[in-house]
Amino acid sequence: MLDLKGLSRSFGGVRAVVSLDLTVGDGEIVGLIGPNGSGKSTTVNLITGLFPPSAGVVYFRGEDIGGLPTHKRLQAGIARTFQNIRLFGQLSVWQNLWVAQNSPEERAGRGFLTRWLGGQSAARAEIEQLLEFSGLHLKQNELAGNLAFGEQRRLELARALAAKPKLLLLDEPAAGMNSEEIGQLRGKILSLRERGMTILLIEHVMELVMGVADRIAVLNFGQKIAEGPPAEIQADPLVRTAYLGGEA
Amino acid sequence: MDFYYGMAQIVGVHTLLGLSAYIVLLTGQVSLAQAGFFAIGAYAAAMLTVLAGWHLVPALGVGALAGAATACAVGFPALRVKGLMLVIATLAFGEGVRLFFFNFDYQIAKGGIKVGPLGGEGFRQIRFFPENGWTTADVMLFIWVFVVTVMLILWWFDRSRYGAVLRAVGEDEVAAQSVGINLTVVKVSAMTVGGAIAGVGGGLYAHYTTHIEHSSFNVLVATFAIAYPIVGGLSSVLGTLLAVIFVQVFLIEGLRDLGDWRNLLFGALIVLAMNLRPSGLLGKARRA
Repeated sequence: MLDLKGLSRSFGGVRAVVSLDLTVGDGEIVGLIGPNGSGKSTTVNLITGLFPPSAGVVYFRGEDIGGLPTHKRLQAGIARTFQNIRLFGQLSVWQNLWVAQNSPEERAGRGFLTRWLGGQSAARAEIEQLLEFSGLHLKQNELAGNLAFGEQRRLELARALAAKPKLLLLDEPAAGMNSEEIGQLRGKILSLRERGMTILLIEHVMELVMGVADRIAVLNFGQKIAEGPPAEIQADPLVRTAYLGGEA
Repeated sequence: MDFYYGMAQIVGVHTLLGLSAYIVLLTGQVSLAQAGFFAIGAYAAAMLTVLAGWHLVPALGVGALAGAATACAVGFPALRVKGLMLVIATLAFGEGVRLFFFNFDYQIAKGGIKVGPLGGEGFRQIRFFPENGWTTADVMLFIWVFVVTVMLILWWFDRSRYGAVLRAVGEDEVAAQSVGINLTVVKVSAMTVGGAIAGVGGGLYAHYTTHIEHSSFNVLVATFAIAYPIVGGLSSVLGTLLAVIFVQVFLIEGLRDLGDWRNLLFGALIVLAMNLRPSGLLGKARRA
């Protein structure tokens, strides 16, 4: 599904991501972990094309997507959430999902005028489903900016799903959540996997990532220092050093 | 009575000017180019009625198209700059348009006198209304047909998906791109619609004043255009109308008796209004 080959990015003299190779197979959940500043969010931004890589290639479903702008990558099937929630706070919950319905089927099925000016019953039904999935159906007319923190996280996940992506990039979805909310999030991620969604999960919270990921890659100072199944990663001395400090 | 009709004409044309900035402002772009599109619509429509002898309605249509085409052309380079840089770039464009008309001569002889724009002298004899015997009330109604139509169209936009997309872009461009919104299409289309509205407004303005010159389209006009939607708030098109009435009727006309004190009070009252209603006269108060 997703193939990163030698992906690098520097900001001035800081090498945020260094020659990263990473593969995410169809239907797989891959965890990407690492200490603060290790290049996890930069990797997501490179995959979605918010800025270009200094070197390396991003293959999505076998094709080099380096030339596509961000909105085309979404339409190709890559959706994301943000580490710091970025909802449209002055729009209602409903509108946040409405403006995000940009999958190719959605766009092809609507003429120019209906696409821009009208709603369509199929699109409405999908929004209803997403509201149901995120437990926000009673709040659909609230402004997104007025939602509680946990609700905003759920809405952001639903907004990413509104484009019917094939690959979902979750950038620290559990940040700031309590353990009950993390439990609910785990349930949501597992139910998405059952529907065949491929997920790259960037996460700090080990409780979550160890429980759901098929495979985990560890970044430190922009470099991949380990990759393997969760149990192996937990036992890896290099990883322990990266997180806890000290000599390897 | 004519005084009130005249007042309503001014309010109508300024509302169009404000609405042209409103739709652009929804996408987060602060444009000082609206006076430029207003000028282009004014000169285009007036030249067609005076020099080519057209009826006003098709001339306004061409004025709108000219405004839209220019705005579309300005929209693309404007994509590259944001915030203060965009303000400066659009200000430069507006001044460029004004200076173009300051130097623009195109006169032809008609019935023994020369008519048409004459550089710094301006463009006189825009006499479509008096020649066709329209009263002030007729003109006022004519203008308001356009104002109401534009307000209804924008109100409908606002309730549509397109309106939500415009606001999404205005709030967070990174998030908008990331949910698949094409920023180029959205921002340029908003600019184009704004240009068309300003073009119609300019055409109407040229005909009710009967005389336009470069200074009718200076930076003060551009500032008013963007001030209306900011003062009125972006929650609906009615905010812009309310702001125009507040500024043109209450502040400019209502305080006329105060003489020199008016200018002082004018600024103070706008500051007061913005402090009391920080998200605009009709803006929603947002819970913290």
